[in-house]
Amino acid sequence: MSDDVTLPAQQGSASASAPSEVLLKVAGLTKHFPVYGGFPIKRKVGAVQAVDDVDLTVGAGESVGLVGESGCGKSTTGRLITRLMEPTGGRIEYAGRDITHASRRQLAPVRSEIQMIFQDPYSSLNPRQTVGTIIKSPMEVNGINPKGGRDTKVRELLELVGLNPEHFNRFPHEFSGGQRQRIGVARALALNPKLIVADEPVSALDVSIQAQVVNLLQKVQQELGIAFLFIAHDLAVVRHFSQRVAVMYLGKVVEVGDRVSIYSRPRHPYTHALLSAVPEVSTIDEPEDRERIRLAGDVPSPILPPSGCRFRTRCWKAQDKCASEVPPLVRIDGNHEGHLTACHFPEQPTTAARDEDIVLDPALTALEDTGKD
Amino acid sequence: MWLRFKRDRTGVVSACVVLLYFVVSALAPLIANVYGKNPYTLYAREPEYPFLLDDFAMPTGSFGGMSGEFWFGVEPKLGRDVFTMLLYGMRTSLYMAVLVTTLCVVTGVLIGMVSGFFGGRVDYWLGRVTDFFLAFPQQLFFIAFMPVVTAMFVSPQDETPTYLRVVAITLVMWFLGWMGLARLVRGSVLTLREREFVEAAKVSGASPWRIVRKEILPNIVTPILVQATYILPSTILSIAFLSYIGVGFVEPTPDWGRMFAIGADVYEQDPMFMFFPGVALVVFVLSFNLLGDSVRDAFDPKTGR
Repeated sequence: MSDDVTLPAQQGSASASAPSEVLLKVAGLTKHFPVYGGFPIKRKVGAVQAVDDVDLTVGAGESVGLVGESGCGKSTTGRLITRLMEPTGGRIEYAGRDITHASRRQLAPVRSEIQMIFQDPYSSLNPRQTVGTIIKSPMEVNGINPKGGRDTKVRELLELVGLNPEHFNRFPHEFSGGQRQRIGVARALALNPKLIVADEPVSALDVSIQAQVVNLLQKVQQELGIAFLFIAHDLAVVRHFSQRVAVMYLGKVVEVGDRVSIYSRPRHPYTHALLSAVPEVSTIDEPEDRERIRLAGDVPSPILPPSGCRFRTRCWKAQDKCASEVPPLVRIDGNHEGHLTACHFPEQPTTAARDEDIVLDPALTALEDTGKD
Repeated sequence: MWLRFKRDRTGVVSACVVLLYFVVSALAPLIANVYGKNPYTLYAREPEYPFLLDDFAMPTGSFGGMSGEFWFGVEPKLGRDVFTMLLYGMRTSLYMAVLVTTLCVVTGVLIGMVSGFFGGRVDYWLGRVTDFFLAFPQQLFFIAFMPVVTAMFVSPQDETPTYLRVVAITLVMWFLGWMGLARLVRGSVLTLREREFVEAAKVSGASPWRIVRKEILPNIVTPILVQATYILPSTILSIAFLSYIGVGFVEPTPDWGRMFAIGADVYEQDPMFMFFPGVALVVFVLSFNLLGDSVRDAFDPKTGR
């Protein structure tokens, strides 16, 4: 992953200009899942801090990527925003109105504008309904009668997502994973949404299909001007798709910025580690000039997260200050506008190879030492 | 779905058989009228049939007294007509079974759905209630409770009207019959509730009622139907069992189960008496179970047929 990546012109301009209108504003979003224990009377003994104090904005027509390793709270964030879960704290604002604790009826006008694409195309489609019924039902729920009838609209949507409109009466099990995910996309588009939360929409698909679906989403995003919150753990996909990227670690956003800033000028050590973990092909003629960082251990338990900076237990730059003070998510010197980092001791804004690799994993170190001998 | 069902030959045949049973039962009075007998008259005492029973009160003719007059023979001892007894007996049993099965299925689905969908505390308490009912030994309680329930409505000194017996049998079998289905439905709903298509429906703003009706119910129709097709024949058998041991229907109400009781008394002298009710019951239960299987296959879009 080199620095001098040229971006498609029209996207580059979109990312450079600040989004004109804020569609979704998330402030201090928190979700704690209670943990019960004790005998014989069960009581709350702790909480899984799945999402803790997350700030995020998505502009109209903008595509924001949310990345992080498994279990860091990405999906929970998505589910909180679509209000599938009740947030413990914080505030979710959609187009200027507070929907944090809105009931189903209060949400009704907003529902059609926020839609979701799910991770698993096999469980996200009701096996007992035909494709037509699946795509039609959001329209029925919201009482939308498009011109020419719902069936015509469904056929249009099927065509839009690259499926044959003849498939109207088929059942989901007759389709492949990629086709099913297209059906899921069509369902999300049925209500003409303004914001789509895509929860790892391609991670369950094989690589050749991933590209098709991502390109479909990109087409949809550009043609229909829909804002996306694209949740993924595949950095390459997010880089391809998103204008802005937020990096999450253990329930917190550690770095957020436009695509170029995050991928070429990352400041947070975790972002460095994440980028360095992306596999890339290098030949002997063109040796890799990337930095090499290998973290050790697992993500700490979200029930008892580390004090201060949550990454400090795995960080090679951690000092006493990191344990006592929570680093604020701010713009650090040398960052572009809108590039915020939560770190006391940020890294250099480059991903070029260092003098010495950072290998924290003792097993890997041992392995490499024996290799040298 | 209908097309898929029609392609299944076993299903169609057993559906026809089951339908025939219901039609015959429903039309029992008409058939009996055309046939010219009824299940209550003691034909052995009628002057026009002088030699129907021999000195030991057994049917005189071969094969249990089968003749052009008495198609399925004559009942030993009392000399009633077996054909109409069977017709009316089937009628009693089928009506009862349909009633009890419907009640059990509705109760089971309702309770299972509520506890599965809402979960938490509701689920816990409904689960305990289900456990409580499951803990009863069914057969024993049928026997023990039948007189109790009957006595609740009518004093033991008076004669119990038939409709009260119907109510009592229905109540007892209903109270002890819904738990299996409730458990089954609860389990299915629990797994379905977490599936992403339910979340997709929620995201589109669907009400819980719509989610239950459109997303969850179609997915559990199969187990419900299969379970119902097990409950119905087993209910028939249970009613027959109750009548057999003498706490269900009593004389003179014609009943399938009591025909076996009579037959068991005399099977050494008159084995033919057991034959027709027995064959009728076996054929019915078998074809109903086969029908259940076919319906399940037809409902499942994944089966290749």
